[in-house]
Amino acid sequence: MNEQLWTKAIVMGSSAIGAGLAMIAGIGPGIGEGYAVGKACEAIGRQPECKGTVQSTMLLGCAVAETTGIYGFIVALLLMFANPFIGKL
Amino acid sequence: MNQEFTVTGAKVLFEIPVLGGIAITETVVNTWIVMAVIVGLCLFLTSGLQVHCRTKRQVVAEFIVKKVNGMVGENMGEHFLQVGYAPLIASVMALSALGSLSGMVGLYAPTSDLNTLLAWSLVVFVLITYNKFRAGGPVGYIKGYFQPIPVLLPFNIISEVATPMSMAFRHFGNIASGTVIMGLLRWALANLSYVIFSKLPGVLGRVLGQIPILQVGIPAVFSIYFDIFSALLQAFIFCMLMMMNISAAAEE
Repeated sequence: MNEQLWTKAIVMGSSAIGAGLAMIAGIGPGIGEGYAVGKACEAIGRQPECKGTVQSTMLLGCAVAETTGIYGFIVALLLMFANPFIGKL
Repeated sequence: MNQEFTVTGAKVLFEIPVLGGIAITETVVNTWIVMAVIVGLCLFLTSGLQVHCRTKRQVVAEFIVKKVNGMVGENMGEHFLQVGYAPLIASVMALSALGSLSGMVGLYAPTSDLNTLLAWSLVVFVLITYNKFRAGGPVGYIKGYFQPIPVLLPFNIISEVATPMSMAFRHFGNIASGTVIMGLLRWALANLSYVIFSKLPGVLGRVLGQIPILQVGIPAVFSIYFDIFSALLQAFIFCMLMMMNISAAAEE
């Protein structure tokens, strides 16, 4: 096998592994949002009349907590479909 | 029936031959379509307004205006409502929601292109900077970068840029991840129905194997979450963050 093909294979394989590793970032938002929703449920259980406010605040907080996971997803998407390293070979 | 799954960006439809060629992509065209729909909707809802509301569409129009005014007044304060931030928030929300939902009718959703969101977040950045200037003047604005201690200057500059950037990436990532997941699901269902139905004997298997039967109905269930719910939620969240960041900038 010629050298060019080897290089490309190594770059593509490493990119796939990198994309997989980047998606580990999904753990954080999962835990964080679960915690937030659990607390919101407690709050609604304690004060059902505040349901609307608690819900909208929770959704906003969840969206902010999601950011790190989204960054990981964007890095994975870049590595999978718009790989910047293959062009440099 | 074993094509690869790929994700592509917006296609370039044509180029305007000025300044070295401005590429007009699907995103631009679809944004204009969505804008035309919104303008048409506004004209429809506000035609024939009366002091005592008698028509259904006037009820809808009044409901939307009241909701947005209430939201802006509650989250940004009475001053911003008077200055006229409510139309801006309403139009961003309508553009975001309808733009994301337009992906469901087969168009390339403008919000699954990062350029659209970066443009919106540029608007947010300009408004934040303007409000900081207005609140503290040029001296106060520059002084804000040296708070609480001057060593933090680089971090303050980063956080200034990071706020609109993270808003753009959040919206883009949510819509794009929905698009990718729905694409993967359709691809998997097409292959699965090929595997199952091509096993049938004779002509029946050959004909049915070519038709992705399992794609009927099943993606719609997932589409409720990945397309409708996340599109509307992201529109709401983008507007909420916009209001909070702008009003927080004015308070400093």
